[in-house]
Amino acid sequence: MDILNALVAFANFVLLPGMTYGCQLALGALGATLVYGILRFSNFAHGDTMAFGTMATILATWGLQAAGVSIAPLPTPLIALPFGFAATVLMVLATDRLVYRPYRNRKVASITLVMTSLGVMFVMGGLVRIFIGVDDRQFADGARFVFTAAQFRTWTGLGETVALRTAQVITIVATAVAVGWLHWFLTRTRTGKSMRAFSDNENLALLSGINPERVVMIVWVLSAMLATLAGVLYGLDKSFRPITYFQLLLPVFAAAVVGGLGNPLGAVPGGFVIAFSEVLFTYSFKKVASYLLPQGWQPEGLLQFLATDYKIAVSFAVLVLVLLFRPTGIFRGKTA
Amino acid sequence: MSNPFLIGEAMRGGYGAADILNGCTIAVEKGEIAVIVGPNGAGKSTAMKAVFGMLRLRQGSVRLGGEDITRLQPQERVARGMAFVPQTENVFASMTVEENLEMGAFLRRDDFRSTMEQVYALFPVLRDKRRQAAGELSGGQRQQVAVGRALMTEPSVLLLDEPTAGVSPIVMDELFDRIIDVARTGVTVLMVEQNARQALEIADRGYVLVQGANRFTGTGRELLADPEVRSTFLGG
Repeated sequence: MDILNALVAFANFVLLPGMTYGCQLALGALGATLVYGILRFSNFAHGDTMAFGTMATILATWGLQAAGVSIAPLPTPLIALPFGFAATVLMVLATDRLVYRPYRNRKVASITLVMTSLGVMFVMGGLVRIFIGVDDRQFADGARFVFTAAQFRTWTGLGETVALRTAQVITIVATAVAVGWLHWFLTRTRTGKSMRAFSDNENLALLSGINPERVVMIVWVLSAMLATLAGVLYGLDKSFRPITYFQLLLPVFAAAVVGGLGNPLGAVPGGFVIAFSEVLFTYSFKKVASYLLPQGWQPEGLLQFLATDYKIAVSFAVLVLVLLFRPTGIFRGKTA
Repeated sequence: MSNPFLIGEAMRGGYGAADILNGCTIAVEKGEIAVIVGPNGAGKSTAMKAVFGMLRLRQGSVRLGGEDITRLQPQERVARGMAFVPQTENVFASMTVEENLEMGAFLRRDDFRSTMEQVYALFPVLRDKRRQAAGELSGGQRQQVAVGRALMTEPSVLLLDEPTAGVSPIVMDELFDRIIDVARTGVTVLMVEQNARQALEIADRGYVLVQGANRFTGTGRELLADPEVRSTFLGG
């Protein structure tokens, strides 16, 4: 019985939150890694692109709610997503046309593009704050739980309990669909294969007649949609606040680097590695340990490696360790 | 050889201020194999890149099937039936053999499966390895992927930049045999080679370039028999 209680507590506080957060990071990392693979620079504006997409989706959600549209028990933002996608894609394509393309045509070094993206990051973050403000916002509606902690307790009669939130289920399902679709697109379609070819060997892709501007356009569209999806899922799960999304940039890039920058297959395990590192290192194992250890062995401390305030340091440490010992990432990207 | 199928005539040009090509002429008849040989730095690869349009010519012209293509971009020449196999990085290493061939056929909107079958018939080992990443293959097999990719557009002219660089002598013989097979299907072949003696043995026409200009020209057999060519360029 005690092992069961330990497992339930672990699932409630580590497994479910870690998986959900891992999915959100994976989607963010996928967008960043695709841009890196094709355009060969780290897009620092990716976190604020997530914020922009989420903001657009929230604005559309408000519109739909005002019009009385609802898909309860599912949250309204799900049907607002297409508006968020469209707005973010337009924003990102306009940015490429006005900002990145002139530099690309001059064949600048990739560090120039990185610094350019830093500028784009400030502008985009500023726009988001002008439109929607700097405050914390909850925009999830519909049913909050698939089952609550109290329901689980009455079903099982265990001392510990677990709640399954709607946002967690939506995040995991949406990530599975998005990743599955992206994999199919990249490995089965002519356009997807041409993108991999371009990422692999640009000169040979040109010799084969692959149009570089088309590849660049498609990668921006995909990256904008993935960023929006990642941002909306994160916001549904927790809340939307522009500064938090800017801070997501670090774990997102850590996930992409762990998975191997430029390698879409690596982004998903990379997201999970970072998410579970953050959750495991900042979780207090006291409760789990007290169920597992014999009477009288109960620990006095919290059994917590780091305070939750330091979780960003965990992703930073993982990032540094990977860059030191395996700079191409677990799944061999293009970082070297 | 008054009106050859492909000719780069009196080509002059280079990458910077100094010319690498000093009026050299390279020509090849339909369905034949022409080979460019010469010492290091003679401009062999540069001459072929000029024929393919990867180098702007200051003087001279390139004609394909009687048509002047001097001003066309490489991509436009691909659309006109030319295919180029670079010396290095000539495959998509992370993609499977079959995907490499598909990318070769990227510009084709028709059904290219029969072309793929022809490539597999020409290079049977590629059929066995078609689900394997091209980067995992041996040097000789990679060269076969590279040539196979170029053949997917069903080109009339195939340009090969040192196809046997870095492969063992046995693999080299094998590759030359395959290149003869390609030429027999009616594809015109122009290649640059370091292994001059072996390359001239299969050449219908050979060009010895020195400092960007034609030094000797003849059939492969004539050049191999020429005592001066033998002593200077073929090591006796």
